[in-house]
Amino acid sequence: MSRRPQPVFLERQGYRRRRLADAARLLPILGAALLAVPLLWPRADAPGGGVPMSTAFLYVFGVWAGLIALAAGFGLRARRRVGRGEDSPHGPGPA
Amino acid sequence: MSLLNLVVAVCLAYVAVLFLVAFAADRLAARGRATWLKSPLVYTLSLSIYCTGWTFYGAVGYAARSGLEFVTIYLGPTLVMVGWWWGLRKLVRIGRSQRITSIADLISSRYGKSNLLAIGVTILCVISITPYISLQLQSITLSFSALADFDPESQYSEGGVVFWMTAGLAVFAILFGTRNLDANERHHGVVTAIALEAVIKLLALLAVGVFVVWSLSGGVEETLARIDASPIGTWQVDGGRWASITFLAAAAFVCLPRMFQVMVVENDDERHLRTAAWAFPLYLLLISLFVLPIAAVGLDLMPAGTNPDQFVLTLPLSQDRPMLALLSFLGGFSSATSMVIVAAMALSTMVSNHIVMPVWLLFKGSGASVSGDVRHVVLMARRVSIGGIMALGYAYYQLSGGGAALASIGLIAFAGIAQILPALVGGLFWRGATRLGTLAGLSVGFALWLWTSFLPGLGGGLIPEEVMLHGPLGLAWLRPEALFGITGLPPIVHSTLWSLSLNAAAFCIVSLFTFPTPMERLQGAQFVNVFDHSAGPSGWTGSVAKSEDLMIMSQRILGAREARSLFAQAAAEQGLPGQLPEPTPGFVERLERVLSGSVGAAAAHAMVGQIVGGSAVSVEDLLAVADETAQMLEHSSQLEAKSAELSRTARQLREANEKLTQISLQKDAFLSQVSHELRTPMTSVRAFSEILRDTEGLGAEEQKRYATIIHDEALRLTRLLDDLLDLSVLESGAVSLNMREGSLADVLDRAVAVAGAGFDAPLSVNRDRAVEAIALHTDLDRLAQVFINLIANAQKYCDAEAPALDILARVRADRLEVDFIDNGSGVPADVQAIVFEKFFRVSAEKAGGAGLGLAICREIMQRLGGDISYLADHGGGAFRVSLPLAQRMAAE
Repeated sequence: MSRRPQPVFLERQGYRRRRLADAARLLPILGAALLAVPLLWPRADAPGGGVPMSTAFLYVFGVWAGLIALAAGFGLRARRRVGRGEDSPHGPGPA
Repeated sequence: MSLLNLVVAVCLAYVAVLFLVAFAADRLAARGRATWLKSPLVYTLSLSIYCTGWTFYGAVGYAARSGLEFVTIYLGPTLVMVGWWWGLRKLVRIGRSQRITSIADLISSRYGKSNLLAIGVTILCVISITPYISLQLQSITLSFSALADFDPESQYSEGGVVFWMTAGLAVFAILFGTRNLDANERHHGVVTAIALEAVIKLLALLAVGVFVVWSLSGGVEETLARIDASPIGTWQVDGGRWASITFLAAAAFVCLPRMFQVMVVENDDERHLRTAAWAFPLYLLLISLFVLPIAAVGLDLMPAGTNPDQFVLTLPLSQDRPMLALLSFLGGFSSATSMVIVAAMALSTMVSNHIVMPVWLLFKGSGASVSGDVRHVVLMARRVSIGGIMALGYAYYQLSGGGAALASIGLIAFAGIAQILPALVGGLFWRGATRLGTLAGLSVGFALWLWTSFLPGLGGGLIPEEVMLHGPLGLAWLRPEALFGITGLPPIVHSTLWSLSLNAAAFCIVSLFTFPTPMERLQGAQFVNVFDHSAGPSGWTGSVAKSEDLMIMSQRILGAREARSLFAQAAAEQGLPGQLPEPTPGFVERLERVLSGSVGAAAAHAMVGQIVGGSAVSVEDLLAVADETAQMLEHSSQLEAKSAELSRTARQLREANEKLTQISLQKDAFLSQVSHELRTPMTSVRAFSEILRDTEGLGAEEQKRYATIIHDEALRLTRLLDDLLDLSVLESGAVSLNMREGSLADVLDRAVAVAGAGFDAPLSVNRDRAVEAIALHTDLDRLAQVFINLIANAQKYCDAEAPALDILARVRADRLEVDFIDNGSGVPADVQAIVFEKFFRVSAEKAGGAGLGLAICREIMQRLGGDISYLADHGGGAFRVSLPLAQRMAAE
């Protein structure tokens, strides 16, 4: 497969764009990690009692909403850049 | 009007509205004016068929039983959508560029168009999804009965509701899923209806949630306090279940046939994914936001023993809010119906494409290339499949008794569908994944899932208690809920762990050890490197641009005038001013047909698809184009060969004609010659015999002279007649050869002696007697006749001052060749071809004989198994007599 040769160094904007794509890619990993945090909480039968459901509810939905906000932010940023004709034709790969 | 009657009326009205919406959307899409139908919003909303009746009613029940664990069902898809850049983007791109019609089609295409795999995936899907469909039927039925409980005057019959529900949904799915046959399997009408249903169910759940939080509990703070005070007030989640259900939900979100249908197949523009990446998680968040409050408040307010699955409905009813309950009912109804319709459509596509059609084609034989014919059959197969799937769902509902057993089936279905995941992910990212590996992985996963999850989960004693406790045949390590002796895991975690890990292991190991077929390798490269091969989302926004592009392409192929008139005609038929029609499916199809007349069907399809569908050319398309090209090449080479043959034949005919004309001329000339030849002697015979008869007193001397003349003339006549007779005997093949032994030298001696006799200036004959000592076994007299004729000809026609004839004999490869070459000017080139024809004479003035000599020679030589030919390149007259010596050898 012949990939188009890619420049070694990018302009500042191109560099920013790629790091943005990296962040977008890392988002689900961040999300999975944050959503796994409640598993570390003390159980209800632990000494000192468990975490109240309202806290858990607020935490889970807070993380959820945060993920959505970040995803929307990345999406809008990327769209604006596409509007300026900077979209990378390449998929996820070493960038 | 009782509440139940009102509910039925509202349901019917609602379905009618859905029909209208779907119908209008289909109409708009057919006219190409449905740009808003193709917006990211509709796409996002259509994804919401992930939230079924199970979500709408079951989530609250789930929360009432297990607290916050229910969110895992939505967190999985959220992570997948947020991480769309990793996988969904590729999946959607492949789906579009390869024109994938279902998840089974995707797996089959990736692994070399293996129909076996397609059938396997289809069966897996049907088995997992059918109980899921009956779960929806159950949720509708339960909601009906919940309403009926609050309606004292109802005569409610559960069986009837389920049956009519099933039939109605089947009809809806058939009407909108199989109205037309789109190569891309897109159904704008259904998608729009689903989007509407998505809005309804979200609004319904939000309304109930708002009612519960602000009206019943009195605010957010109070609600949170109420949650903490409820039986589910403490965080208490099993880590294994939390992780594995999140994972299962994520896997199912991608692999579920109905999700694949709306996410990949119905996708109009892959840029919609970017919006859906945050908008769909937002939808999920909103729909699950009030689940926990509703569950907590329901547990608090409703009498103990109330089914928590129905809290969404019974809570408003118990608070005397029938209209809210009605809205809530409509939301549940929407969730269930949209899921059932799309699932039935997606499954029917798979069943008809991968099971019914191959079987039908097999029975039909090879003659099924007529497209119209097949379209009809495909539509029929789809309809029957939808009916069959709905009937299966209904039968399953009846069998399971609609009890609690169904409640757990949602997760079991997820676990079954997730078995496709290794094949899917491997297919997208690993070129080394092979068909056999996939087959092995799917089989292992499917079998383990059946054994550890599906059969035990069905309940009803499908697996005897004895086997559940001690394993089949007493093999404890095969116990369905404790494989390999691992006990203590929740069943769903246990089943997921074993089936998926062994599935993935079998997939990888078998893939590593098998070798893919060329088709698999091609498809593998196409799938894994899809971003290298296919263009990104195109920039066309309006349909006019497409029409223009189609026009430009058609002009190149059809010619400017034809293309323009075709487009103008189509525009006129659509009632549009100007030259450019809307690219409706009908017009595009027609254009494709016209183009295929010029460039072949596959090439036309690929070209039009490039412009209209935005889909890249698939390997299959390329192969089809190559086939067509090869066929055309073959045709043209056949034509070339034919035309070469024709021109050869024409040349031969022309030559034959020339020859015939010449022969005919000769014959005419000869006939006059013959009549002249016959008349001259006859005239003198008559004249002299009359003199002898009528003249008195002739002297004896004179009488003798006249009698001699008469005799000579009679001899000439006889000779001529003899020649003619000889020739006709030779030609008819009735000649008898007198085969004898002799030597060439003797025959030549005789011939030279005879031919030279009677000439006052005999030509000098040069021979090499040493070479002529060749023994012959042939008709010596006939051979001598040929030689005499040739020598006499040389004597007669050689125009050299000192005529000389070389007679050269040689043996070449078992053939005796004797050349007679004189030093004259030879036979003119234009008559060389007919020198051996009968009645040929070089010129009339030199005519001695009747022109039969050479013709007789040729006949004789052919009878003797040899030949005589004129040698054109020897300067003088040159004839070659050739005779096989094999005869002599055989005779010895």
